[in-house]
Amino acid sequence: MVWAIPQDNFVAPGSLSFDEVIVEIGGVAIQLWTRDSGFRRVIEERYEGFLNPGALPACRFEIQLTSNRQCAATDEDVSVFKSGSKWCLKRGDFQAEWDLDRRAGWIRQCANPYSIDSVLRITHSLLLAMQGGFQLHASSAIRNGRAFLFAGVSGAGKTTMARLAPPDAVVLTDEISYIRRIDNGYRAYGTPFAGELGRPGANQSAPLQQACLLRQGQQNRLRAVSRSEAIRALMRHVLFFARDNELVEEVLDSVVNFASCVEVVEMEFTPDRRAWELIQ
Amino acid sequence: MKNCYIARSRSVAARQLGEEMVIMSAQDSTLFNLNPVATLIWLAADGQTRLETIVQERVCSTFEVELEEALRDAEQFVTELAAHGILLRGETPIHDSSTATVKLP
Repeated sequence: MVWAIPQDNFVAPGSLSFDEVIVEIGGVAIQLWTRDSGFRRVIEERYEGFLNPGALPACRFEIQLTSNRQCAATDEDVSVFKSGSKWCLKRGDFQAEWDLDRRAGWIRQCANPYSIDSVLRITHSLLLAMQGGFQLHASSAIRNGRAFLFAGVSGAGKTTMARLAPPDAVVLTDEISYIRRIDNGYRAYGTPFAGELGRPGANQSAPLQQACLLRQGQQNRLRAVSRSEAIRALMRHVLFFARDNELVEEVLDSVVNFASCVEVVEMEFTPDRRAWELIQ
Repeated sequence: MKNCYIARSRSVAARQLGEEMVIMSAQDSTLFNLNPVATLIWLAADGQTRLETIVQERVCSTFEVELEEALRDAEQFVTELAAHGILLRGETPIHDSSTATVKLP
């Protein structure tokens, strides 16, 4: 397995090309560069609504397409580790390196949108961890100018809550919520990462009001949970892939701080529109 | 486990929440919740003190439990955490790997 490629293959900072795309999620821009104009269009379609050609990218990736024969299954466990100043990402269907000093790297994958999606999720999880934020297995929405999270395991009702959202609510995602620490609080951002709903969230953001731990039941009600219960529950839903002591410390600190700043409740709900009466 | 010494792994992040402990492994991001008894043992796992002494001096003096029963439970707990790389154990004192920091939020 080759983990290093000649540095000439890195995209030089500032270089512009016809086949570059800048995808901005949560105010964090990542430049993707490919020599294949067909795949560039695939990326543009996949991240429609999250493209920002004028954004200053936090990092740049050159995408090197391989033949489908060289791609293994996507169900292999992902491996993310740091080697010197480089993050190394690997799964059956992709391999990537990201040099923190150069703010540039490469992705080797076959021409499908799923691999690049995974690389972006992982890269954002690393960027967020360094800045006191995190991604959470949760749907989220804005109502009355404030954001609400609905966290839970698969089947708990994340997509259901997004699907039942009233017209005055803006769905940010039904699958992966994007949380950044802003000043003394937290802000939730829309993401293009969709679950069963099958459509990307709105590219909007709002200050976080409440995080709801979902539990389907016979009635609609909120129950306060202790801070330790909140931290334990949230930690189970944080997306984090890296084998790195320092970053694990950062993520745990972020969640502990989050539970101090944002109200976390258990939300028992019936899977119908009345559940949204609790979200004000 | 007559001569069993235990030390906290450095490859974890740990935060004490009241009497309980939340531990996240840096190896595989696995999350562990320790109850108050396990937390006492974890905090005392300095690599220099025998497990039996920890159980006797920390656990039995705090909770109403017989030494034999507490030691049996502690050995099971240590075996489980050692299997995940959260705790290190040895038959002699452990000098160079102990003292993962524990922060109070």
